[in-house]
Amino acid sequence: MERPAWAPPGMDLSVPSVSRMYDYYLGGSHNFEADRVAARRAMDAFPGIPKIAQANRAFMRRAVRYAISEGVTQFLDIGSGIPTFGNVHEVAGAASDAARVVYVDNDPVAVAHGRAVLDGDDRAEILHGDFLDPLPIVKSDPVHRLLDLDRPVALMLVALLHFFGDGDEPREKVATLRDALPAGSLLILSHASMDHAPATREQGAELERIYRDGGATFAMRSGEEIARFFDGFPLVAPGLVPMPDWRPESPSDQEDPNVYAGYAGVGRKA
Amino acid sequence: MRPSPSPDGLRRFATLWCRAVYPATATSMTRPQFEALLLDLAGRLSDALHAPRFDPAPGRAVGKALVAAHCTAPEALPGVLGVIDSYLLLYCADPDRLSPEEGRSRCARLQHAVSAGFAGALQERTRTEQEAVSRAALTAQAEIAKALHESETRFRAVFKDAPLGIGIADMDGTILDVNDALAEMFGGSEQDVRSRNVLSWTHPEDSPEVWRMQRELMRGEREHYQVEKPYHRTDGTVLWTNLTVSLLRDAEGRPRYMLAMLEDVSERRLLNLRLRYQATHDALTDLPNRSLFFERLEQTLAPGSGPARIGLCYLDLDGFKAVNDSLGHAVGDQLLIAVAERLQACVSGPGQMLARIGGDEFVALVIDPPSSQAVVEVAEHALEALATPVEVGGRELLVRASIGIVEGATRHLTSAEVLRSADITMYRAKAEGGNRYAVADPDSDARAISRHHLTHHLPAALKGAEFFIEYQPLVKMEDGSLEGAEALVRWSHPRHGVLGPDRFIPLAEHTGLIVPLGRWVLQEAVRQACQWQVRGIGGTRALKVNVNLSPRQLHHPELVEDTVAVLEEAGLPPSSLCLEVTETAMISADENELRPLRELAELGVGIALDDFGTGYSNLANLRRLPATTLKLDRSFTQGLQRDPADPVDLKIVEGIVSLAHTLQLSVTVEGVETSAQAEQLRELGCDSAQGWYYAKPGPPERLPEAV
Repeated sequence: MERPAWAPPGMDLSVPSVSRMYDYYLGGSHNFEADRVAARRAMDAFPGIPKIAQANRAFMRRAVRYAISEGVTQFLDIGSGIPTFGNVHEVAGAASDAARVVYVDNDPVAVAHGRAVLDGDDRAEILHGDFLDPLPIVKSDPVHRLLDLDRPVALMLVALLHFFGDGDEPREKVATLRDALPAGSLLILSHASMDHAPATREQGAELERIYRDGGATFAMRSGEEIARFFDGFPLVAPGLVPMPDWRPESPSDQEDPNVYAGYAGVGRKA
Repeated sequence: MRPSPSPDGLRRFATLWCRAVYPATATSMTRPQFEALLLDLAGRLSDALHAPRFDPAPGRAVGKALVAAHCTAPEALPGVLGVIDSYLLLYCADPDRLSPEEGRSRCARLQHAVSAGFAGALQERTRTEQEAVSRAALTAQAEIAKALHESETRFRAVFKDAPLGIGIADMDGTILDVNDALAEMFGGSEQDVRSRNVLSWTHPEDSPEVWRMQRELMRGEREHYQVEKPYHRTDGTVLWTNLTVSLLRDAEGRPRYMLAMLEDVSERRLLNLRLRYQATHDALTDLPNRSLFFERLEQTLAPGSGPARIGLCYLDLDGFKAVNDSLGHAVGDQLLIAVAERLQACVSGPGQMLARIGGDEFVALVIDPPSSQAVVEVAEHALEALATPVEVGGRELLVRASIGIVEGATRHLTSAEVLRSADITMYRAKAEGGNRYAVADPDSDARAISRHHLTHHLPAALKGAEFFIEYQPLVKMEDGSLEGAEALVRWSHPRHGVLGPDRFIPLAEHTGLIVPLGRWVLQEAVRQACQWQVRGIGGTRALKVNVNLSPRQLHHPELVEDTVAVLEEAGLPPSSLCLEVTETAMISADENELRPLRELAELGVGIALDDFGTGYSNLANLRRLPATTLKLDRSFTQGLQRDPADPVDLKIVEGIVSLAHTLQLSVTVEGVETSAQAEQLRELGCDSAQGWYYAKPGPPERLPEAV
């Protein structure tokens, strides 16, 4: 049965949380035993996950700086996870005083922690929301307070969409968000893929299984499939590329090869 | 004092350091940023090496700074220390100011301090983050609990104040909680209801699917169902509800609870039943009415609905209209009620239904009769039940009825066919004299269909002036002169052409339409006779007109009044009119019924005994009848057509004529077709004649030239 809108979300700390596992990959301690057990299984199964996580963060930071350089200072970061360090509001805030950020996550712990971290910051807020139900996000108070939806917004779906199978219709949800944003808005997106990964298909399948065991979904997609998320958001140069290749700020020859297990791209709504 | 080692040496150290450590960090800094940080840390370590009084504290600060730069992975520390160990003295020490022994010792102690600072900072950071995430978890939990409490409060309010009855049971059916509305519906306390199990809430009127769906729901195969379901209230009365039961599952999808919502529809249902009863029952007799009868009939005949055969008795009271007309509707209604009661007693078996489908029409439906005889028996019982006179308003009324019986296989019949066949058959029983039943057979049905059709069109035909009159001359035998004419009504039917009276007079008689039709014929014929007389047709003797009078007209209370009025209005002397009444009708009439004829006869109106010889009359009775003329049936004259005439027929006609003359009745013969016949009859002493030999019936304007 679907949970009615007025019923609160449940919380079970014995179940691994995708966002706290991600924190563990990044060396953080904002996690519990169940998260660590699952994260260690994932790291055993699929090499280089911490590096991939870091590469994602690095892409995110470069993309935020790119957005600001293009004059887009409003950020809607869905699936933001546990705010650790080098977050969007820090990177954006360092680049522009005008930067405003709304974080969205469906993990109540991540949201509570985010509130504590952002307490007293009037340029960033976090709200509890679900990517699969995008309209309430767009209509939420924090978005209303911080973002001007008549001006371009950078929609950030970094390392998020591989947590949804096609049955969840993620493409349609992205389209809903796109339709709510004005022309000139950016889509900043990264997504796991086996296309250029040094890992084997079996390792990829094992990773998907581990997430499934934890009650989550993990869906590797091909570059072609990922490109389709950019419907209505024509890609800016260099297009949809392995994460380290998206506008690198330093030579990438010393990168861990595992970070090629994912695509990154930025598109601009026409 | 700036260190003496060259800035170049520090930069080279930082580059080596960065190469070893950067891959192991989770820093958000870029490599050049990180290298710049390391250059600063290298300077601090270099200063510590050359301090006049060695203090390892800067080493701890460097370890702490590395953790702050997210250089926290366990594998980062060996890289950090390895580069210090191998290259710090090489690139960052001034050999002039630091002896090799002192340098090695200080470098080792700095490494210990870096390790301690790193470990301490990491421990502190881990504690802080764990505390932060725990606090976040607690906050989240508190928020969830608060939201749960709010939603629980909201749900409680809905539960408590809802006008719907709401109950929750576990998967064994044990009722866990009910709201006040539900307890009230059952007329008991919450405790009474709560101690029950839903499975014990059976009711004899439960539809069969209720418990099937309930079992499916309890097995988790069904999410919800909705039915109309009765319950026993604690006081024993019935509670009718619109019941919705839903399955509640836990987060893992396992069935946990059943939620029932009950809407009390007892009153609505009662009202519906009452309305339905009113819509399907006859207010006077309380019997099922026409619509319920048809509904049941359609059900029975619906393909694949079960019964293989069907029997139907269509009963119509004989002469009921006369009762209504003469005794009033109140008496008629009383009679119908009494009839309904008697019939009901005969049609009460299983699969039998009695309905009143019209004024005095009743139908007994027999579903799946064991034999056609069983249906006939229903009709026989009905006639027996009506045999005893009914007492209404202090008078005894004799009830007679005609019944049409249809019996057959359901798959061959439609409801319209069944009813038409029964209706036709009933008319047949009526035509055979009434107070009897007839069993449908296809041949009679076919013959009767047009009768049935005609009956329905009679009233419109009368209104639409589709009737006209032909006149057949009556000839005085003595001299062959025109004596008068018999008025014969015809129906110019728009589809069937001109119909003779034999086709529709019995129908008009049955429906009562004969009264207005007869009155019209009388007016028309009298008017016509008057015209002939005015125009002097028929010479010096005034032409007469004969008009037929049916049994029903005979009984009509205004017969005398009406006839006199018509004559007076036209100005025709009563002696110019002759009313023909069949022998059968006349001899079955009692003295009361004969009185109007007698009155008319006394006024001078001629009364003819029509079709004489077909009614087996007691000849002695002729004396008491008010007749003035005998009209000899054509069957007697047929034998006279032959040459030589049948001697027996001759004798009979001779006898009748002699008898009639003795009683001072004139004799008219019908069906005269040959001159020999005419001659014979004249010789036998007949007074008047009509037949094709003289003239066929024709329009009034042809009469003058007819003879």
